[in-house]
Amino acid sequence: MGNGWHGKLLRVNLSEKICTIEALNMDWAAAYIGGRGLATKYLTEEIDPTTDALGTDNKLIFATGPLTGTYGAANGRYMVVTKSPLTGTVASSNSGGYFPCELKYSGFDMIIFEGKAEQPLYLKIHNQHAELADAAHLWGKTTDETEDQIRAEFHGDAKVACIGPAGENLVRFACIINDKHRAAGRSGVGAVMGSKNLKAIAVRGTGGVTTANPSGFREAARETLKMLRTHPVTSEGLPALGTAILVNIINQSGALPTNNSQFGTFDKAESISGERLVQTYLKRNKGCMGCVIACARVTKLTGSRFTGSGEGPEYETLWSLGATCGISDMAAIVKASYLCDEYGMDTITIGSTVACAMELYQRGLITEDEVGMPLNFGDADVMVKLVEMTGKGEGFGNKIGLGSYRLADSYGVPELSMTVKKQEFPAYDGRAIQGMGLEYATSNRGACHVRGYLVSPEILGLPEKLDPQAIEGKAAWAKAFQDVTALVDSAGVCLFTTFSIGVPQVTRLLNAATGSNHTDDQMMVAGDRIWNMERLFNLKAGITPAQDTLPKRILSEPLPDGPMKGIVSRLPEMLPEYYSVRGWGTDGIPTAVKLQQLGLV
Amino acid sequence: MQKLIRIEPSKCIGCKSCELACSFRHRGEFSPSKSRIINEVFMDDAQFITVTCMQCDDPWCLKACPKGAIDKHAKTGIVTVDELKCVGCRTCVSACPFGMIKYLSETGKADKCNLCGPDFPECVAFCPTNCLKFSEEDLPLREKVLKFARTMKDGQGEV
Repeated sequence: MGNGWHGKLLRVNLSEKICTIEALNMDWAAAYIGGRGLATKYLTEEIDPTTDALGTDNKLIFATGPLTGTYGAANGRYMVVTKSPLTGTVASSNSGGYFPCELKYSGFDMIIFEGKAEQPLYLKIHNQHAELADAAHLWGKTTDETEDQIRAEFHGDAKVACIGPAGENLVRFACIINDKHRAAGRSGVGAVMGSKNLKAIAVRGTGGVTTANPSGFREAARETLKMLRTHPVTSEGLPALGTAILVNIINQSGALPTNNSQFGTFDKAESISGERLVQTYLKRNKGCMGCVIACARVTKLTGSRFTGSGEGPEYETLWSLGATCGISDMAAIVKASYLCDEYGMDTITIGSTVACAMELYQRGLITEDEVGMPLNFGDADVMVKLVEMTGKGEGFGNKIGLGSYRLADSYGVPELSMTVKKQEFPAYDGRAIQGMGLEYATSNRGACHVRGYLVSPEILGLPEKLDPQAIEGKAAWAKAFQDVTALVDSAGVCLFTTFSIGVPQVTRLLNAATGSNHTDDQMMVAGDRIWNMERLFNLKAGITPAQDTLPKRILSEPLPDGPMKGIVSRLPEMLPEYYSVRGWGTDGIPTAVKLQQLGLV
Repeated sequence: MQKLIRIEPSKCIGCKSCELACSFRHRGEFSPSKSRIINEVFMDDAQFITVTCMQCDDPWCLKACPKGAIDKHAKTGIVTVDELKCVGCRTCVSACPFGMIKYLSETGKADKCNLCGPDFPECVAFCPTNCLKFSEEDLPLREKVLKFARTMKDGQGEV
């Protein structure tokens, strides 16, 4: 179509084993940008939000944005959108690598999977030819085995997204892995894929993406690349240390949740830091397609009791399999991170769930007999063992596979699960960083750092420094960050670029690609529209505003240590203001006027 | 000496920006399959290798062409395909031992790197890590020699 779109979606009915090509709804593409926004629009129109996430009626959407496969702002991204089996909310998980661009180059902008296959299948796409193939021989295989096998039997240059054994076993936080090490990680999108008996999607695309205004697009990209290559975070910090640069920074801020958020600092943080990773197992840096940052860490375990190689761990993983389990053994964390990729599991949720189990053990609620071993904080070997048992669906691993909320609830203490809407916190304490607490409470997919990364202003001072303990104005900041992120996730660019570039640059790239003439304000409204659409989905799914809250620990147990000692979250003071800046009623429900302004009625 | 695209694999991050820049500049679309420069990612070995036409002194493609459509410029040394003379027979494609000249079905002609003709090479302009350089001197080779020499120098200090 010459405007960042092919105007085509592939609909795959797994029950009937039929693939059909449909025209993409370009009115929706204009209003909801693409990726996360556009796929959520389709999901909202096509499924009942109350449907069982693991049932036949749920749908699974793989969506690119109009900028996916181009250059300028690390545009190698796509989104997986479905209803989450972990939270019951809309799930939308982002991933990079090469698969997203290959999908775009095949000539499809989006794939919608519906129904459920009777036997394991995988989808093969070779440009405009799509067919479902038997996957019985792939079932049970790890993600890297699956990718190697598919490449051998289908096409040597195919790019693959697949689930591992965890997705097959319906682990509630199973992820979808593409290009072996990139994950659409959170909210259990891999379990939905497993519930449909869909093992993998393999794509070979030799076409391309065109833009409405090539010279304008090139100029816009030159501008963004210059900004990315001169900003200290994207040109120095992330390339040098990856996301793991944050371990020491967040620990020094008293915001590194430790031992299931019983503490806010970890005395052994240095040994799980990005600096330590460079000294030990880092081999080199890597970028996704079109990326200029290269935050990915290619690593290999050498001289350790563990073996393996792969990518990561990221900051969140160093924390989840490290600090919050009280673990400082870098080799064990790296190994467990590899296992999560191979079995296809979200590292944040599994680490947090192991930490929760360790606290249940500490309190005598879980016994050694039940697990088959003691579950002490700090025991690295036990953590690695539990990750493996969860991936394989063995013994107590099946309980870990439920996530921390369902685990703690089964012992009568759901308050010991560090979750919002049943999804685990990432690596920032909501007491130490007040805005993040508000962001967790209001995020549309449960606790999450990549729905509105207020760590950026509150800790890193970008785009300006805010006091992490202040609550004034945090509601407006949360809204702005949430809306911008919705826009970025929908456009097909990497969120990490937004440390350097802003809405004007994304708008300029979008306009040149699609031939539209949007203003920055209109793009912010589009982000707001996407956010409200997700909120409406959740409300219809029965996720009430009463769930816009935090665990009792964060609201009423003061941090016992570190620079933020004595502090609790002041969420109750911030939440009404948040509803107000969102244009919602005091009951947390979007008003008719607001929805009309956004074109959502 | 001839100006060429010089490649330092250790600086590559496997982002394929060179392929994106090349195909967008010459084919008007972002399409790695149509790029004249190739960034190959060997994921399991953590190696990223970039290859492109080295504008041979005595080009196989030129010698093979039955129509005299391929020329090596006397001054710049750039090996180009004259699309008016090219009949799309693909003899050059078979002849190049490096796979650096290909047939494009869209044009029906042979297609290869021309270092962007009079302009600065687009792939080099968009390379984020300076893994690609455009120079007369083989700068990556010079860097390797220097690194080796510095090791020798440090060794001398120990004696």
